[in-house]
Amino acid sequence: MYRYYLSSSDFGFPQALLLLLVVLPAVGAAVVALFPATRDRQARILATVVAGGTFAISLLLPLFPSSDRGWFAYTPLSSSPQLPWIDLDLPWVPDLGLRFHLAVDGISYPLVVLTGLLTVLCCAYTIRGSGRALSALLLVLEVGVLGTFLAFDLILFFVFFEVVLLPMYAVIAGWGGPDRRAAARKFVLYTLAGSVLLLLGVLLVVTRAGTGDLIALAGGGTLTRTTQCVAFALLAVAFAIKAPLWPLHTWLPDAHTEAPTVGSVILAGVLLKMGTYGLIRVAVGVLPQGAAWASPVLGALAAIAILAGSLICLRQHDLKRLIAYSSVGHMGFVLLGIATLTATGIQAALLGNVAHGLITGLLFFLAGAIKDRAGTGSLEQLSGLRETAPRLAGLFAFAAIASLGLPGLAGFWGEAFAVVAAVHRGGPLWITLAVLAAIGGALTAAYLLRLLRRVTHGPATPAVHAMSPAIAPAEWFAWAPLIALTLAVGLVPALVLTDTLGVQP
Amino acid sequence: MSQSVDHVALLPLYLAAGTAVLAFLADLFIARRAAVLATTWLGTLATAVSALAVGAHAGTFCTQGACSWVPTWPAAVTAALFAALTAGVLAFSAPALRVGFAPAGEFCFLLACSMTGGVVVAYAGDLISLIVGLETLTLPLYVLVGLRRPATAVAASASLTFFLISVVSTAIALLGIALNYAATGAVHLALLTAPSPSFRAVSEVGVALLVTGLAFKVAAVPLHAWAPATYDGAPIPIAAYLSTASKLGGILALAAVVTHLEARAILAILAVLTMTIGNVVALRQTRMIRLLAWSSIAQAGYILAALALGSPGVPAALAYAVFFITLEFLAFGVVVALCPPGASAGPITDFRGAGRRSPWLGAALVLSFAGLAGLPPGLAGLFAKLSVVDALIAHHWSWLAAVVVLNAVIALAYYVRVSALLYTLPPRIGLSVADPVLLDAALHPRLPITRPVAAALALTAALAVILGFAPQLLLNALT
Repeated sequence: MYRYYLSSSDFGFPQALLLLLVVLPAVGAAVVALFPATRDRQARILATVVAGGTFAISLLLPLFPSSDRGWFAYTPLSSSPQLPWIDLDLPWVPDLGLRFHLAVDGISYPLVVLTGLLTVLCCAYTIRGSGRALSALLLVLEVGVLGTFLAFDLILFFVFFEVVLLPMYAVIAGWGGPDRRAAARKFVLYTLAGSVLLLLGVLLVVTRAGTGDLIALAGGGTLTRTTQCVAFALLAVAFAIKAPLWPLHTWLPDAHTEAPTVGSVILAGVLLKMGTYGLIRVAVGVLPQGAAWASPVLGALAAIAILAGSLICLRQHDLKRLIAYSSVGHMGFVLLGIATLTATGIQAALLGNVAHGLITGLLFFLAGAIKDRAGTGSLEQLSGLRETAPRLAGLFAFAAIASLGLPGLAGFWGEAFAVVAAVHRGGPLWITLAVLAAIGGALTAAYLLRLLRRVTHGPATPAVHAMSPAIAPAEWFAWAPLIALTLAVGLVPALVLTDTLGVQP
Repeated sequence: MSQSVDHVALLPLYLAAGTAVLAFLADLFIARRAAVLATTWLGTLATAVSALAVGAHAGTFCTQGACSWVPTWPAAVTAALFAALTAGVLAFSAPALRVGFAPAGEFCFLLACSMTGGVVVAYAGDLISLIVGLETLTLPLYVLVGLRRPATAVAASASLTFFLISVVSTAIALLGIALNYAATGAVHLALLTAPSPSFRAVSEVGVALLVTGLAFKVAAVPLHAWAPATYDGAPIPIAAYLSTASKLGGILALAAVVTHLEARAILAILAVLTMTIGNVVALRQTRMIRLLAWSSIAQAGYILAALALGSPGVPAALAYAVFFITLEFLAFGVVVALCPPGASAGPITDFRGAGRRSPWLGAALVLSFAGLAGLPPGLAGLFAKLSVVDALIAHHWSWLAAVVVLNAVIALAYYVRVSALLYTLPPRIGLSVADPVLLDAALHPRLPITRPVAAALALTAALAVILGFAPQLLLNALT
């Protein structure tokens, strides 16, 4: 068992930072929730400050690298241990094998930063609008998501995975659109079904391996092939519901469409990433034999997801619903990358994750802004946006073009290299999947251009005529970082991959 | 031959029985409601403290290497829990007793008697003590279920249903014990072993009958039908007691039996039926207490699933029971606080918007329901589920673990429905003559929460939160 890293698990300043990353938003949420109703605005500002503080802490983490920064270099053959930069390992419930083990490394770090960033932006966005309870819930969501990305103990991972369920339900059911109840219920039951499978899989691994430590378990540990296959099947379905992978995606369009703008942003931006991250870290990382066994199925489903997502998008008539379905296609690329089980594929998946979080977050912000101003999200009633609100139309065009994967913007790298990885994997199956994914990529361009033609061009409809073109400062504040990062990651993808480059498959 | 009796080991029992007697005498001589309540309350406190203070101790009433009174740590913790639940029910009943809902003296006496039975069940080391304890726990409850002024037909029918079912179940359990004694010659739990081959059939029938009799007490499906009707007809605090303390008695008895006797198959069947049917029927409930009753049936199914493992599952089952009882008691407490003193709870739709009107009560109920569903922020419930599923998977009963977790998904559907209703805005009225929120607030004035109820709720909620963050405290205490 790899216990030699223990020397780095003393409690020092870096460990305190890691702990604070989870504790600060939790405490912040409690304080914000306890604010009196008369001080609603102050509470929302406080929530933004807390989220900002958390984001700042997340930016500090790379200043404390451990001496040896090795990425986990997963291939089915090698199983070198993951060495986190900062490691915090405390006992919590020994009888259940649960340790409070947080750590951060190159796989989780970009997602941690993304979560911190999107939460700040969403909290800032809610300062204009509705109640402090929403801000508090956003902070609770942040606790769950950050905890999931940081957890290095399987059971702790599960506990944090569960934390987001009810707050997200409350966000959708409390602040959503007209059909929010049904959408929220569908979301919560679907995702709970996923997480109970996760519970079974996690406990199966922990009881058979005798430890929940992800570092010790990396590469499979002592698990037999049968256990690995069973556990992988359970975990893969659990994460596929969360990601979501076709055909388990049906909760997603309703949830996204009915959720308030910030809910959609968090849901698409970071909650879906819990699924793909879990697949990389836990399912593939801990159960390589199971992953090798199931990878053709996973790859085929991912390719179908890309095609199905694109085809469904071509027929959508609602702005938010279209963007929601586009997530199915984009996450399909991420899953295809993971399914190839090559270093290129997994790096493509990491990039795709971050890019999707940035671009879809931006798209949902913009769609929410358009819907709020025009009072409708129906594509029939939206057209000619560039005549009445040229800036908004320009931003929307930028986001849509980024989403379709124009080289030079963030969306390109993840999708292109997922296809490249599939080709590299070779064999008739993977070549076919690569071709299908490439066709899906072309379809993605088709539906996003159709969307742009509908919304920005053509004669202005009455709804669009009545829109106010002004963009509020809070909106600029929420959108500008996403625009800048979409460009930055597109031009320098190494920003996301610094710690994972130089690994040969 | 005289037996040496260790009175220190028996201290919790003395104090519990003394509480009952004192309550009776206080009512006789002082005849003031407050004095009787205070006496009983102090008695329950003393019982709880003494149980924890005695802790693990040498057994007493011993013969042939086995004892009838076995003070172990799990016994001490559960005895203290019985006393704490009694104290909580007293606090919840205080407003109703103040308005003359039931005679305080009789109420306190009966409740203290029931607590005494609970203490006996916790410490019992032989099957006879176990049954005597269970009966002492249950007998006063027949009266308490129906004890209300003015008497109503619903309460009387609830009481009678409960009485008949209990008597039948006790008879079945006794027959089981008798058959088992005939086969093995043992009543002490420590001496219960597999019988010689020629008596195996008799012993197996005996165990099956014993488990069946005890399954009535925990309201396991198909022996559950009394529970929803009885809970709904009983005063809410007594329903809380039935669904927590009375159920704990049955669980402890079952745990004692399965530790020593083979009953895995029958318990596995009961567990699957109980959790599945409990959850599915709970989905369709429209009355608050019935919903809690069916959910409590389903929760007992998870405990039975752990008990189906035999002795390895007992710690997980007890841990689940304690977590569940804390959360369930909290839920009942919130319902007590949201209803006028002595009133019944009524349909679930009456609770619409209650969380907006009383944020603290709403938060407590959400904490409780989240915990019962096994989700954060109810971490106590999450760890409860985790310990049961962990035990099942570790002992290669993965199929039963799968049934447990799938049931958790069904259960979430109704927990989430009720929780969401607490925060739903009032329905729009046809004419916009008034702000619906203001109108709703005027129609549903916030009821004042009396101090005992508030204190009991705060303590239960605090316990639920503490157990959520430090479940190891409980797991240590139970082993």
